[in-house]
Amino acid sequence: MCGIVGIYLKTKKFEKNLGKMLSGMLNNMESRGPDSAGFAIYKNSDKKEYKYSLCINNLDFTKFKKNISKKIRNLKLNQYSDHIIVKTPEIPKKFIKFINKEFPEVSIVGYGRSIEIFKQVGNPKDVVKKFNLENFSGTHGIGHTRMATESAITTDGSHPYSTGEDECLVHNGSLSNHNNLRRELKKKGNTFTSENDTEVAAGYVSNSLANNNSLKNTLVSGLKDLDGFYTFIAGTRKGFAVVRDEIACKPAVIAETKNYVAIASEFQAMAHLPDVNNAKIFEPEPGIVYSWGN
Amino acid sequence: MKLDLKKLKLRKVNEQLQNIDRKINDRNFTIINPEGNHAVCAGLTEELNINIKGHVGYYCAGMNQKANITIEGNVGTGVAENMMSGKVHVKGNASQSAGATAHGGLLVIDGDASSRCGISMKGVNIVVKGSVGHMSGFMSQAGNLVVCGDAGEALGDSLYETNIYIRGNVKSLGADCVEKKMDIKHIKKLNLLLKEANIKNLKAESFKRYGSAKKLYNFKIDNISNY
Repeated sequence: MCGIVGIYLKTKKFEKNLGKMLSGMLNNMESRGPDSAGFAIYKNSDKKEYKYSLCINNLDFTKFKKNISKKIRNLKLNQYSDHIIVKTPEIPKKFIKFINKEFPEVSIVGYGRSIEIFKQVGNPKDVVKKFNLENFSGTHGIGHTRMATESAITTDGSHPYSTGEDECLVHNGSLSNHNNLRRELKKKGNTFTSENDTEVAAGYVSNSLANNNSLKNTLVSGLKDLDGFYTFIAGTRKGFAVVRDEIACKPAVIAETKNYVAIASEFQAMAHLPDVNNAKIFEPEPGIVYSWGN
Repeated sequence: MKLDLKKLKLRKVNEQLQNIDRKINDRNFTIINPEGNHAVCAGLTEELNINIKGHVGYYCAGMNQKANITIEGNVGTGVAENMMSGKVHVKGNASQSAGATAHGGLLVIDGDASSRCGISMKGVNIVVKGSVGHMSGFMSQAGNLVVCGDAGEALGDSLYETNIYIRGNVKSLGADCVEKKMDIKHIKKLNLLLKEANIKNLKAESFKRYGSAKKLYNFKIDNISNY
């Protein structure tokens, strides 16, 4: 099953409430995915700094802070439970290599100039509380509640998957050609951290974006290359896009007002959003890519 | 009587509506704040008039018998699935599989219905004022599916005895579905259905009828090598 949600703000009116709106959406999708949850929040990007979202797992935060501060001088750390947002001018290539070498127990959940990403096993309501999602502000956000089918219930198996700078993907469904596609993408230089099918789709999107294709065109070619059932929400620094496979067994509903666009697996996820009863509400048609902000 | 789903548990509301005392004459109910809940008004068996104010989730009015249910909003997957009798009127749009496997009664959708509308329908009458998505009427067995707008791909794939009436364009026909002649009995029946759905400005003559070519009814020995 799984529940997916996303919200893109067209105006500044609700920027301070983004976390609150998204947390309500995730809480209402508990019934579709009770075993893990995650979300990505996009904030106005900083041109000087990168943000790295790390999960330190069982590592002690004070110890981690002490050790990393010894090696890298210019950084700021914010702790949210077992996730740390590291702000630093260090470039991704160098910093990721450094973390992998010095802190092998730490997993890199995502990175970019704008994205902050959090995911964990457990009931969505607990996960949302743990990371204090309600207090987040931002321009757009994407979330996922997981009912595991394809791979184990672990943090690595949770969504969103982020495989490129400021990119992320959530998925409701299952892919049948992910093993083949993973092999092909590995040959092209992609790396994968799990056996999960969605990570392959995220890798596919990253690979295409890196080759200067637009997000919309990437998802259009994905309709041919990704075999299986899916509703995807793919996020970038500028916005997000939604696509359903051509059979369209996996649900999605979109509500659009003058202030925001919300997407969710079911309407009940957005029943609490402001002015939703006057929103334009529609289902994304099968095989059509819908995109905002890109 | 007003039932507020923000204050009352859905299960309590459904139980109340499913167990109406036959001696009670007040049979009008309004449900407010449905907030996308699933299975609102499922399994009703009495003659009740119910007005739902807002959007509902999956399987609204499922298995309905006798009740007259109006939804002033959109409905999720499988509205009126397996309905036996009564009337369900959706004032907004419907998601996939509207009226799936329904045996009787009338389902009216004022907006559009998405994919697989009337899948495996077994005698229900469905009138959609807007358009329907792909694979509508798939394996439908009996009843009438009326669409005032357009139909998506593979309309009426592998259907049996259902009559499908489409006023707009059909993107493509499914296996064994063909256009058929409109006889006087079809025009009469369609006019009756349009009247029941309160559609006054459209004439039955402006619709085209589709049905089964009946080539899949019997096994053909020529095809044996395909199995």
